[in-house]
Amino acid sequence: MTILEEKATAPAPAQSRPEPVHHAEPSGLVKWLTSTDHKVIGKSYMFTSLALMIIGGAMALLIRAQLASPHSSLLSFQQYNELFTMHGSIMIYLFVGPFAFGGLANYVVPLQIGAPDMAFPRLNALSYWLYLGGSIIMLLGFFTASGAADFGWVAYAPLSSAVNSPGAGPDAWIAALILTGFSAIFTGVNLVTTIFYLRAPGMTMFRMPIFVWNMLVTAILILIAFPVLTSALVMLYADRHFGMDIFSVKGGGVPVLWQNLFWFWGHPEVYILALPFFGVITEIIPVFSKKPIFGYKGMVFATLAIAALSTGVWGHHMFTTGVVLLPFFSLLSLLIAVPTGIKFFNWIATMWRGQITFTTPMLCAIGFLITFLIGGLTGMFLASPPVDFQMHDTYFVVAHFHSVIFALVIAAIGALYFWWPKMFGWYLNDRIGKVQFWLLFVGVNATVIPWYILGLHGMPRRVAVYNTGMGWHALNIAATVGADITGVSFLVFLLNVYLSWDKKVPAPNNPWDGTTLEWFTSSPPPTHNFTRIPPIRSERPVWDYNHPDAVAIPAHKSDNNDKHASPPTGASGDDGGD
Amino acid sequence: MKVEGVVLISIGIFMAVVSVGYWFWSGEPSGTAMLIGSVLLGLLPGGYYYWWAKRMRPRPEDRPDATVKEGAGVIGSFPHGSMWPLVFGAGAFLTGLALAFGWWFLPPGAGLIVVATLGVTMQSRRGGTI
Repeated sequence: MTILEEKATAPAPAQSRPEPVHHAEPSGLVKWLTSTDHKVIGKSYMFTSLALMIIGGAMALLIRAQLASPHSSLLSFQQYNELFTMHGSIMIYLFVGPFAFGGLANYVVPLQIGAPDMAFPRLNALSYWLYLGGSIIMLLGFFTASGAADFGWVAYAPLSSAVNSPGAGPDAWIAALILTGFSAIFTGVNLVTTIFYLRAPGMTMFRMPIFVWNMLVTAILILIAFPVLTSALVMLYADRHFGMDIFSVKGGGVPVLWQNLFWFWGHPEVYILALPFFGVITEIIPVFSKKPIFGYKGMVFATLAIAALSTGVWGHHMFTTGVVLLPFFSLLSLLIAVPTGIKFFNWIATMWRGQITFTTPMLCAIGFLITFLIGGLTGMFLASPPVDFQMHDTYFVVAHFHSVIFALVIAAIGALYFWWPKMFGWYLNDRIGKVQFWLLFVGVNATVIPWYILGLHGMPRRVAVYNTGMGWHALNIAATVGADITGVSFLVFLLNVYLSWDKKVPAPNNPWDGTTLEWFTSSPPPTHNFTRIPPIRSERPVWDYNHPDAVAIPAHKSDNNDKHASPPTGASGDDGGD
Repeated sequence: MKVEGVVLISIGIFMAVVSVGYWFWSGEPSGTAMLIGSVLLGLLPGGYYYWWAKRMRPRPEDRPDATVKEGAGVIGSFPHGSMWPLVFGAGAFLTGLALAFGWWFLPPGAGLIVVATLGVTMQSRRGGTI
């Protein structure tokens, strides 16, 4: 254990400081198993969650193969139920969230605020091990005699009771989510503490990068929402094994209580998944538009407003239960469109008259905007109870949240291409990246848009077969083709990782002429991140340091006919850390 | 410190307004209970930060004019590695298996958790290298 003698920084103008003497460090596997470095843990999180995404994606392709013909016998009904349950569970609980707040945030937040590590490095490592253990237990459900959990990723009572879903598979599902729930809570505590206590001097709250702000708000949402889920799961387990009858009518329980508890977690969870990726594209767009972010404070307040509103809208998932207050939940749900609209406006205004370079991360950011807009607007339809009564549990709802989540996946790919040079010191190939982006973008929308129409034509979700005369067949084939294209795009990603690794193109410290602190240190960063740090006088300290004589352009008055046009991407900016 | 406190307190106040509105409009207890939990989550730590912010000089990271030099000094201990998170995680994994597959996983799981808790505490007390 090393006590840092100073804040991993030296006075600016910087001089390098000798690395603190480390005692015999383990290497190889032992080093990885015992590491408490946020960069190692962040990468472990990212690769574990990507591996789980590939497993969950394979399940999705099986589901789509089943639905490509009306009376397919590819899967039995039981297998189909297990697959859509585990597909949803893996994607929501084990991929998107952990990738964002366990992977990206873990890696990027300490770097962006000039911190040597997360505030509680050992707790951080524990978060990862809990997450990995939980993921393994969830997958072990497939090897039980009863099969994996098959009650949908929402586990509604009374379907999830011991009578209706007996066996070890559902118990494994519950145990897995209790472990990953604790993991998320610990990460939330760690992120809040890191952001509150480990910022570099001069990095005031309103100079933090928007990504850090979004992760702070995400972490607060985690602390509001995840304890409710974890305690609800404990109640469900007690119901199943100890006859507590909290969710069963026969013992005087209330089944709909499960839905209240679940969605009190479930709706903030949507923003726990989304806000990190809002942050990601807020980092990407200014860098590739060569402009400061438009409306910094507006972005911060919009994030806070979205988070605050999201805790009061859980009932919109329960409109059709008939026991929730329709106008209250409808009103608050519709209100979320306002701060989200502000964000969209700001993103577009940031690009407006900027010098846009269409690299893979930037394409992904734009792909995110389009896909998320489709998902967001259809969400507004569903926030209206009369529409929801028609659409509930049809493919329209499935399409809506897949638009949203796929938008986040596109942003996640953008984040990987954006921060990959920082994480590994070499680039991912941009040309293959563009191929991947287009396959992903086209595949996603070719999957989702037929679903909207299917939903309007009344196709219910969670069915394994359907009648031929309903006019659903062609649209289902289209969706299956779209899903296959999406699958191919991930093969292209794996291929790109392999090819780029095989012929490494070394990346400088600041490959994109980025503006935030992580681009100041080396690629990849040393242990404890910084050997020196620039003075922080704005929310763009590295830009100020690299371009001391650049005319300050107010975000709302960008005049890009000027001479100090920035150099082409990749060519400059490695003066950040030498 | 002040901004941190104000952010949390504002979340608490917003949630208070929502919970009062929700309770009087719907009268539904479970949602109200959870909303009140969110109010406390905002107000308790937020109030604590704000209370401290009033009583301390702003830290270098709170002042826009702070120089990098002012951040010098010991800021915490950041271990390079520790085996205890892994041991604790293995214990938690076995406990999770116990929930699903049989109670005989529980004694080794709980044992590892106890050992890891002791280990991590001793490690913190001892300081120095691991």
